[in-house]
Formats: sequence, C-alpha cells, structure tokens
Amino acid sequence: MPDIKSFTMNFGPQHPSAHGVLRLILELEGEVIVRADPHIGLLHRGTEKLAESKPYNQSIGYMDRLDYVSMMSNEHAYVLSIEKLLDIDVPERAQYIRVMFDEITRVLNHLLWLGAHALDIGAMSVFLYAFREREDLMDCYEAVSGTRMHATYYRPGGVSKDLPLTMPKYEETKWKSKKEVDKLNEAREGSLLDFIEDFTNRFPKCVDEYETLLTDNRIWKQRTVDIGIVSKERALQLGFTGPMLRGSGVAWDLRKKQPYETYEHLNFDIPVGTNGDCYDRYLVRIEEMRQSNKIIKQCVDWLKNNSGPFISDNNKITPPSRDEVKEDMESLIYHFKLFTEGYCIPEGEVYAAVEHPKGEFGVTLISDGSNKPYRLKMRAPGFPHLAALNEMVNGHMISDVVAVIGTQDIVFGEIDR
Amino acid sequence: MVDNIPNQENQDILKDFFENNLSNYDHDFENNSTVVFNNLDDFKPVMSYLQDNDKIKFEILIDLIGVDYSDYGLSEWNAKNANNKGYSRGITKDSSGRYTYETTKTHHNQPKKRFAVIYNLLSVSSNTRVNIKFYCDNDNNPSLPSITSVWSSANWYEREAYDLFGIVFIDHPDLRRILTDYGFIGHPLRKDFPLIGNVEVNYDLNKERVVYQPVTIKPRVLIPKVIRGEINKEVKDA
Repeated sequence: MPDIKSFTMNFGPQHPSAHGVLRLILELEGEVIVRADPHIGLLHRGTEKLAESKPYNQSIGYMDRLDYVSMMSNEHAYVLSIEKLLDIDVPERAQYIRVMFDEITRVLNHLLWLGAHALDIGAMSVFLYAFREREDLMDCYEAVSGTRMHATYYRPGGVSKDLPLTMPKYEETKWKSKKEVDKLNEAREGSLLDFIEDFTNRFPKCVDEYETLLTDNRIWKQRTVDIGIVSKERALQLGFTGPMLRGSGVAWDLRKKQPYETYEHLNFDIPVGTNGDCYDRYLVRIEEMRQSNKIIKQCVDWLKNNSGPFISDNNKITPPSRDEVKEDMESLIYHFKLFTEGYCIPEGEVYAAVEHPKGEFGVTLISDGSNKPYRLKMRAPGFPHLAALNEMVNGHMISDVVAVIGTQDIVFGEIDR
Repeated sequence: MVDNIPNQENQDILKDFFENNLSNYDHDFENNSTVVFNNLDDFKPVMSYLQDNDKIKFEILIDLIGVDYSDYGLSEWNAKNANNKGYSRGITKDSSGRYTYETTKTHHNQPKKRFAVIYNLLSVSSNTRVNIKFYCDNDNNPSLPSITSVWSSANWYEREAYDLFGIVFIDHPDLRRILTDYGFIGHPLRKDFPLIGNVEVNYDLNKERVVYQPVTIKPRVLIPKVIRGEINKEVKDA
C-alpha cells in the first residue's frame, strides 16, 4: 500500500451540518485539518445589483432574504441608511416597535442557532425545545406583517402598520381537540402586546431548560470547550463583530457604544466571554437571549402606555392613508408618485449599521440623487467570520469543523448575498 | 442613529497626521466621515498608520466597498424639460447595463476616475469610524495595493471586490473569484454588465448535460431612473 500522507475531502455543499450551501475543501493529515478552503457563492443572488435597478422601497423585501433567520434586523439597517441620507425623523412609537422587533428577531435567531448548533454536535432535543418558542415569535411576525418570515415590515420613516389589537387564534381541527386549542389560545385572547408580554414572562424559564440540557452537559463541554479559540487581537484583525467578538472578551456592542433608535433609554447588559472558545460564545448568546427578553419587556411597557404615530407623516416618503387618497387631490398625487416612481434621495454616501444578532450588519448607500440606489453594499457579519474558518479549525479534528461552523452561526443568505 | 463622524478630538488627530505626512486628500468631516485620497503614493503610509499608532487605532476593517462610477448621475428619464409633446417617456435612453462605458456622458459630480474602493474602518478603542477612499488609476485595468498584511479580514473583501468589479489587488495572497460561479466571465457589479447577465444555463437533451448559452430574454426597465433635484429639497423641508 502506498504511503499517503495528506488527502483532500469535500465537505458539503449538501452536508446537513454545512448550514446551507457551504462547500468546504478540507486538507487532512489523518483526522487533523491542515487547511480549510470554504467555497461560497452557491446562494449568490446578486442582491446588490438588483437593488440598483429598483426604487428604494422595493428592495426592502430583498433585505429579509439576506439573513433569512433574522429578517427584520436586515431591514432595519437598510431603512436606517435611507433615513440618514434623507435626514428625516422617525416617530418614537415606531422606534420602540423597531427595537422590540429587533430583539424578538435576536431571540428568533439565537433559538435557531442554538437548536442547529446542538443538533450538529449531537443533542437532538434542544432543537425541539427551541422551535417550540420560535413558533410563538413567528406568530408575532405574522400578526404584525402577515408573513411568518419575510416580513417587509420596516419602512423608511417608521413601520408599515401599527401593532394589531387582536392575535390570530388556533381553530379546532380533526387533530386538535377543543381542549388543546383552548390551551393554545389562552395567551392569544388579548392584543399582540399582551401576547408578547406573556411570552417574556414565560421565556426565562425556557432558557433555563435549554441550559439544563447543555451548560453543564459533559458531552457538550467536551465538544465546545477549547475548540476554535480566537484571541482578542486576532478577533479584531479578522473583523469579528457581535457575539463572536464578545466571546473573545471585547466588550463591543453597537446598541451601547453607538446607540440607535431608543436603545440609550433601555436597561440591559452586554455579556462578554473570556477564553474565546465555542463554549464562551455559547454562553454569550444564551445570556443575550435573557437580555433581549428584558429589552422586549421594557418596550412592551412603553408601548402599552404611550400611543402616537407609527410612521412619519411626510408623504413624500410614506404613503398617505387610504381615506386621504380618496378625498384629497394632493394625497392622490403623492400616492401615485410614490408607487410609480418612488422618491429621490439627495446625493451622498452613508453608512448605517445595527447590532444584528450575528454581529454588525451595515449598509453602505451611495446615492447620485435618483430614485434608485447608485451603489448598495451590505456588510454581512457572517462574511468575515467564515473567512476566518481556516484559522479557527487549523489543527483541530474533522468533527470540530462542525462545532466551529455551528458557533459561527453561519447563514448563507447574507454571506452570498 | 449610528454616529459615523469622528468627534473633534479624533478629527484633530487624524487631520494632524494627514497634513504632516500626506500630499493630497479631501475630507468633509462636517457631513460625513469619508476621507478621499487622490494620490496612490499615500496608500501604504495611511493604512499602516491607521492600523497601528498610539493615538487612535483602527483595529477593525469593517468593510471594503468597490464602486463603479461610470453611470453616476445619469438618469434614464429627463424629468426637467418638456417639449410641446410633454415629458419624455423614460424608455428611450440607454442606461445602466445597457450601454458600453465609452458612450457615457459625464455628470458634474461624477469622479474623473471610474473605479474607487472605500475602506470602512472602525476603532473599537476610541469608538470612531472613518472611511478611506482611493480611486484606481487605470480605468481599463484598475488596481490597488492589497492590505491583507495590515488587516487579515481584507482577504475575502478584496477577493469580493476583484470578483464583482475586476479591481486587482496587488500582492494579494490568493486572488480568486469568490461569489460567482466557477468559470464565470465578466464582473457583475460593473455598470456595463447587464442585470440579466450574458449567459443562461439550459439542460441539453442531446448532450445530456447542462450547457451555457447566450441569454434569450430582453433587458427591461419597469421604473426608469430619474433625478429630481428640486424634490430633494422639499423632502427635507416637509
């Protein structure tokens, strides 16, 4: 038999733990990884090119499809960049609604991450637990926008609709008895805010459940502790943001450092790791879910006690109400122009970023004064994270690749764009 | 709102360095955090200074943005002037993706050079952002020095800019295409690359494999690009 030293393996693009369409070329020395070369772009849809050919508002829906597990956060960065160039104000209620849904989105994202990460490493039940709570949050998306995932809810100047006063309810079917349905509908009797409030009361206990399954679990620790260590300096060099950077011990969060919307009025903490391994990043994200829950609670309180407009009344940017369109000539013109041509944005170059569940999601918008973006660049947090994969898995075993891909929280919608 | 503009103290540090060491740059710190450099000789000194100095250290390269300015300020619809038949219909003119670069007309604000790269830097220690913008010298064969040795995260960003714009980064360790297909031809984010692309794939029954062929659909524009300068002002006043 010839003496073979190293060989190359193709990991993905159809591997279930490649999180979508990652194709990894692994160079192995026995079971130890010498080099990992990620091939990306299998989900490239040319969002940036498409956006250049459409009026501003028509691209909001594309933003949902970037990171398709944290939809509203993507919209948020895009909408912020437009607002910044237009220099318009957003009503306070809209800001609180946005913050609330950003945090709901963060929980949604982290729940999917937790379920998928645990599943990859071999813990089946966490996935089922996490998706139980995800279902409730998806219902919030549905109640407010009509869709469970790709909401297209944020608009330049506010949000598209006010929060609904009723929640959709389950109906009795062949498979669900009246008793079961009544139990499911118990929290859905009031408004959306009541439902979210009920959720925030329930949720900390759910996080405890996930932690019971994982935090002190021997197998979980063996698979994550000291795996994929990134030092502070390297994390900065590699362009990490979000939980990946915080896991390495850098206390950096845009919500605190460069607050947008109403984050400066809200009370929450930023968890920071110490070792920069997969386990620390896991702990950071778990704590982030608890903190998000706290923020959602504060937003619900504010929204219950304060009313006001949910979108700017500047009809150059936002559509006038249906009643106005039918009675007022001027409103009819605004409505027509807005939906046939859109609005023009002053010439300029702007960068707006939000603390996305995965890191810093930024939008660079260059406008030449027309009704379409001249250049739109999305800064996907996952992109530099995946670029660092080679460095993170180097010297580890092949099974650790799965743990590292999981800890990076990779979603190809945003990386490939 | 994310504050991009460096505060006065940081501005002074940056200005102080730029004025003493560099030849040709423009900034407008009042309105945005972009510093435009006109001389490529400044590239290496600026980048290495920003990454490593004791006053204001930009640890993270947040983003690297390629831009193609060849279509800048050109609208498809003349909404300013009308003749006795009314306004133009906005479908006659060639526009982005439907013309070649040589036929474009220049706009008053259009940069003289076609390609630019914007480096979006973030300083975690002093909570500041700055955008560094360099124009590429040669429009037909744009290139810039690579900064992978300064910020590791530049590796993939530069590959992306190369893939989508054809900007070559000199001394890059591994300048391959990254987002487009294996064997892709052209640079899709250039303004003279059509939105519908140049080729489409089809399954050939006789050859029993997927084949490439020229696109069979026609480019179309549903909403023409229009520039209305006067409305911009009204939006702000409204």
